[in-house]
Amino acid sequence: MTKRTWNWALWLGFALVVTGFLSYTVFFARFAATRDFPWANLLLFSAGVVLIVTGLFRAFGKSRAYRGKVSGPILSALSALLIGFFCYVFFYQLREVPLSVGAPRPGQTAPQFTLRDQNNKPVSLADLLSGSKAVVLIFYRGFW
Amino acid sequence: MQELAARGIRVAAVSVDSPEMNHRQSQRLGYTFPLLSDPTAEVIRRYDLLHRGAGPGGADIARPAEFLIDSSGVVRWVNLTDNIAVRARPGEVLDVFNRMESTSGD
Repeated sequence: MTKRTWNWALWLGFALVVTGFLSYTVFFARFAATRDFPWANLLLFSAGVVLIVTGLFRAFGKSRAYRGKVSGPILSALSALLIGFFCYVFFYQLREVPLSVGAPRPGQTAPQFTLRDQNNKPVSLADLLSGSKAVVLIFYRGFW
Repeated sequence: MQELAARGIRVAAVSVDSPEMNHRQSQRLGYTFPLLSDPTAEVIRRYDLLHRGAGPGGADIARPAEFLIDSSGVVRWVNLTDNIAVRARPGEVLDVFNRMESTSGD
């Protein structure tokens, strides 16, 4: 029996899916164009899926020539999990934000406050407004 | 960010993080604007921006939001994102400010 060829399409496809999964937080989230909608990641996922499907056809259709009958299904399942998890987080979990219907609207006066800054110094909204033309007030989730 | 400062616009950010944490973060990230600490989420509640149980261990935190407040304390623009990953860009804020200046100037 001849030695069967390494089924590279499976592994390259899986590598692309893993890259697509990890690259959002470490890279693509830094740029507005790839952060607001994860085009780049979905593209990597698609390319990965095409390669994995090719690999599966080789593993099962041309099993005399190619390896991958065991690794194929495992890598496919792992890829499906990664893509599924990514889509769940991006398209569902990140959109689970409160409506905040009571938040101040344009035309309303911004509620006063005094809070401590990073140097433990109290800063009020009036302090921020004094001597400036406008204030951009950002609320964020925090680093914890 | 420099452009905002050059135009007389101040930036301040609010979260539930402690002043110590904010000190570390501002040093690490090189932030020069105030990071304000609202550990009891009192101000966050006042602005109706509380995201219940979304923090570590089910803690209440702020949902992301941006406001442009003019010198008289009136809100001129609000951005309440419906996706945590999507935030306002400095350019957007500048555009609103430019429009605000051009209408209040005459």
